[in-house]
Amino acid sequence: MTALLGRFSPQTLRLVALALALLATVLFFATQIEGYLAPRMFNRITTSAAVVLPLAVGQAIVVMTRNIDLSVGSILGVVAYIVGDTLGSLPDLHPVLVVAFCMALGAVLGAVNGVLVAWGRVPSIIVTLGTLALYRTFLVEWSDARTITTAGLPQWLVDLPQATAFSLGALEVRVTVVLAVGACLMAGAALAFLRPARRFYAVGSNPDAAAIAGINAARVVALAFVISGAMAGLSGFLFLAKFGNITVVAGMGMELKSVAAVVVGGVSIMGGSGSMLGVLMGALLVDTIDNSLTRWAVVSEFWRDALLGFLIMAAVTLDTLAARSLARMRRGGGA
Amino acid sequence: MNRLKTWEGGLLVVFLMTLALNLAFAPEFLTVQNQINLFQLSIEKIIVALVMTLVILNAEIDLSVASVMGLSAAAFGFLVNAGWGGGTAILVCLMIGLAAGAVNAALSARLGIPSLVVTLAMLIAFRGLARVLVRDESLGDFPAWVTDLGQKGLIGPVPLSLILFAALLAVLGVLLHRTGFGRQVVVIGTNAEVARFSGINVARVKTVLFLMSGTVSALAGLLYAARLGSVRGDSALGFELDIITMVLLGGVSIFGGKGSMTGVLLSILIILNLRNGMALMSITGHIQTGVIGVLLIGSVLLPNLVSDWRARRARS
Repeated sequence: MTALLGRFSPQTLRLVALALALLATVLFFATQIEGYLAPRMFNRITTSAAVVLPLAVGQAIVVMTRNIDLSVGSILGVVAYIVGDTLGSLPDLHPVLVVAFCMALGAVLGAVNGVLVAWGRVPSIIVTLGTLALYRTFLVEWSDARTITTAGLPQWLVDLPQATAFSLGALEVRVTVVLAVGACLMAGAALAFLRPARRFYAVGSNPDAAAIAGINAARVVALAFVISGAMAGLSGFLFLAKFGNITVVAGMGMELKSVAAVVVGGVSIMGGSGSMLGVLMGALLVDTIDNSLTRWAVVSEFWRDALLGFLIMAAVTLDTLAARSLARMRRGGGA
Repeated sequence: MNRLKTWEGGLLVVFLMTLALNLAFAPEFLTVQNQINLFQLSIEKIIVALVMTLVILNAEIDLSVASVMGLSAAAFGFLVNAGWGGGTAILVCLMIGLAAGAVNAALSARLGIPSLVVTLAMLIAFRGLARVLVRDESLGDFPAWVTDLGQKGLIGPVPLSLILFAALLAVLGVLLHRTGFGRQVVVIGTNAEVARFSGINVARVKTVLFLMSGTVSALAGLLYAARLGSVRGDSALGFELDIITMVLLGGVSIFGGKGSMTGVLLSILIILNLRNGMALMSITGHIQTGVIGVLLIGSVLLPNLVSDWRARRARS
């Protein structure tokens, strides 16, 4: 057993465990909910996970550098609202420009976090707890109690959530899902192969060593927050497309869901490790459980939040215990 | 120590300024009833802030306090509406708080998972349990003596919650600054490794702090329920932001080891006066939250900028 486990890296084992957990979850709910394995349910879960996935990708990069970004839910809300509002007066804006606008707006808000954390040396939990409140306050003031409705949005955006990119047999994969997964895989490829992206790991696993190796740690941390903001902007776009009707509470609490996806996806909260494949599966697992619970007759829908919290805790605890016993096994094997 | 003195001195100046502004805008500001109202509006938060001071001094954090408040309030509403007596329900709610603290302690102090992660997960979980208990309803119909205790004066015009705050301030102030346990809290916060090697039972001290935090949060949740006369699933939602701001603005270092009860008391007074002043100038609750957010970041950013500036001046 030891020899078998030793042959794989802890990261690989984690991904396998996640895949098994995802499979077990789907199989379990398939026996509990009628018509669960239908294409409709696939669409419901994938389009819902697509909104969270970019948030989780940005969050993962921030967490890799030993920080946390609790402001992403507020950034999502601000972006979705302001862009929705802008489209009301500029309906002919090109779709590509709209997405770019969303990500740029998010990046600016993320940059505020990044500057304060990296150069102001204020702990990220403090900064982002503060901007979580600040950005939401700004939105409430800016909105003046108005609501964005689908009536004010251009037709292409209203139709976007129903647009299918390609089909896998009976399963239709929506364009929004392709967008989110594409962003995730691009981030994953960059983290695996690009030297500048490897710096996120370097700074997170050992900031002192990274500094000695000539890496400007402050710049890397700031960049992580800018990326997180831009990804929250992309989520804001997907949120706007999916729901159409935006109020000032848009995205409230999404920061917790993104943290959940990240830690369930096996990104170490101590920094320095994690993979985008894990984040993808983490986001999918969290959303599968979330969406399935609302349709499961055995528990009331009010259990969703409580179970989400305990799920995060269980994932972190299992991860800590597994990492510890694996380390002990390795030490024992060497002696 | 020097830095701390100047920080508390600065707080005193700011406090006197906010006081003067309030007096200028509202001459009746200093009346006893107005001062009691001032404290009553945030009483649950300032009670929890006292315990949070010890937790942060210990280089830990408890983000789940507001959810424990909500859970305790929800449990009280649930039990009373299920026909339980007020006294028994209060006891059960305090036990729930103790249990919540025990969960946080077991996972962070014993298992060694960072308290930031543990209490963030528990923030979601405990809030979820509160929602399970009250669903999307609003539960009221508390016994009259409970709402009386929450809303009316107990000794003259002074309500129970204010007496509890004063008592807790005294007890925790003495515990922190005058006992061996308090010194252990600070030593662990300064350097947990050194503390361990000097024979301090680090896990035990941290466990005690999380148990205290859970129980006091549950007590604060009960006071909140009694004051408002009803509970909902989102009672006390987001209070952790205000509570942590009070502690950090009081000069307590987020990295542990540095800070005092006096500083936190001063920062509580400043925030109460600011909120009152902003209400007088008819600034709404949302902007007030924004201002608190700015204060939170500024209270940590400012000392950093000052020390940077000093270091640069020393070099040149």
